[in-house]
Amino acid sequence: MSTLTEPRHQPAAAAAPRIAQPVNFVRTVTSEWIKFRTLRSSWLVLLAAVVGVIVIGQLIGYNTGKSFSHLAPEDAAPSGVMQGYFLGQLLIGVLGVLFVTGEYATGMIRSTATAVPRRLPVLAAKALVYGLVAVVTMVPTCIVTFLGAMAFRSHYGHGSSLGDPGNLRVVIGTGVYLALIGLLGGAIGWIVRNTAGGISTLVGLILVLPVLFEVVPGTWAKSVSKFFPSNAGSSFVSTVHAADTLTPWTGLVVLVAWVVAAIALAAVLLKRRDV
Amino acid sequence: MIEARGLTKKYGEKTAVDDVTFTIRPGIVTGFLGPNGAGKSTTMRMIVGLDAPTTGTVTVNGRPFAEHASPLHEVGVLLEARAVHTGRSAENHLLAMAATAGISRRRVQEVIELVGLQDVARKRVGAFSLGMGQRLGIAAALLGDPQTIMLDEPVNGLDPEGVRWVRHLLRGLADEGRTVFVSSHLMSEMALTADHLIVVGRGRLIRDMSVSDFIASASTESVRVRSPQATELRELLLGKGAKVSSSARNELDVVGLTTDEIGTTAAESQLTLYELSPVQASLEEAFMELTGESVEYRSHTVEESAA
Repeated sequence: MSTLTEPRHQPAAAAAPRIAQPVNFVRTVTSEWIKFRTLRSSWLVLLAAVVGVIVIGQLIGYNTGKSFSHLAPEDAAPSGVMQGYFLGQLLIGVLGVLFVTGEYATGMIRSTATAVPRRLPVLAAKALVYGLVAVVTMVPTCIVTFLGAMAFRSHYGHGSSLGDPGNLRVVIGTGVYLALIGLLGGAIGWIVRNTAGGISTLVGLILVLPVLFEVVPGTWAKSVSKFFPSNAGSSFVSTVHAADTLTPWTGLVVLVAWVVAAIALAAVLLKRRDV
Repeated sequence: MIEARGLTKKYGEKTAVDDVTFTIRPGIVTGFLGPNGAGKSTTMRMIVGLDAPTTGTVTVNGRPFAEHASPLHEVGVLLEARAVHTGRSAENHLLAMAATAGISRRRVQEVIELVGLQDVARKRVGAFSLGMGQRLGIAAALLGDPQTIMLDEPVNGLDPEGVRWVRHLLRGLADEGRTVFVSSHLMSEMALTADHLIVVGRGRLIRDMSVSDFIASASTESVRVRSPQATELRELLLGKGAKVSSSARNELDVVGLTTDEIGTTAAESQLTLYELSPVQASLEEAFMELTGESVEYRSHTVEESAA
């Protein structure tokens, strides 16, 4: 009689091979890659960024080649043709925000956090997946942009080659810059946990705040302004070094410091807050 | 096995879960019953570590959920709020979840078929009905072949066939020796599905007992008596040890005496009876009575407001 009422403790799958394996970082990265590639919005925004940066670059190449002698130094510089990255950084940054806040908006984050309850591997895996996707798409995009635009300029006799001093740094650096802005967007997404708020914060930080500081009278504002992520980044991706800006490699270090700090804050909050 | 000890969650001033202690055992279906806002979802969120308890602890199979190497194999969860990206297909959602634990594509197909979503598995989840969403949630919960299955309001939005299917599924899982913990705000559903009940109201544990005990204790029979001499009859019945209450003029609700005893008592004193009928309280009424004081948002009847 007691055998009937006694709850059975034998798990059904005890004999069969285990269906689930332990969670590890590689598996978490695989999961995040599946999540990234199975959303249509990922590819649409990436495509827009690729096309936007290339097309703007060709237009600049054509126009600046034609009227080369009237140009300001930063436009005449080889890095001038890379200025499509202003659009590119918005798209890549926003996609970075969305990759994270999309989970909060839909409730997916609850599934994610129960599958990987330690949470921090998810943050790292998302950053790795998105950082790689951005580098792998944006560096070639920047190379194509440069080569195409320089073909236009060469036609008017003002071409510059990838091998000229600083050019390789600028071209590959623009791709790296875009990826770093993407990571910054992702970190802001984790911190703000809301799509509209995340995008506003990102745009405020990389576009609005630097401009506001530019118009403040006095020199202190300008000496602060050059440390903003977008200004530090533009020092890195420019072939001309303007006064009151950081040197290229200092610019990169400052930008990386922003990204690292934002990710660190995101990690602390992710661990501490309820999902 | 789920063990909560002194589990408390406060959101600012508001206490959502208040010092709750219980053990959910394997091999049976345990119902988690309480009105909306009683703290069921918050408790479940704490069990899988989505919310950190303010005080107290909760373990799953002997450890905090987050410390398990393969969480999807320990606990399968369906949370009431949707937890799926609407832009992804059901299949891709499950594949992404499965990847975290190295679960095969074959297993993903298996759970899709098990919940009957094979025809819509490649459609975007945003286009799913509530019932399809619930089925996908159940598929995700079963993905890792978990020892413990925890479902928050699983029958919400399901058609009658789906409700029966869930009942059957839960029973099967419990019979396999798994721990099954399922919440509902409907007593009638729990009476059909569960073996054991944890009842909460306003964040507090009210009952922790088997369903059969609950039904036995709930179904106190009373007798409704109508008589023009209700006042005299009341005194006589009280003298015999009955509990008597009155809901209307000339009407008595008697607990503790049978209809025969009441009829005989009335006849002995030559009191007229208009009605003498046994009344059985329904489970739903018993549940309402139990949680009545702990319901957070209640609708008042006209008399209550006037009183």
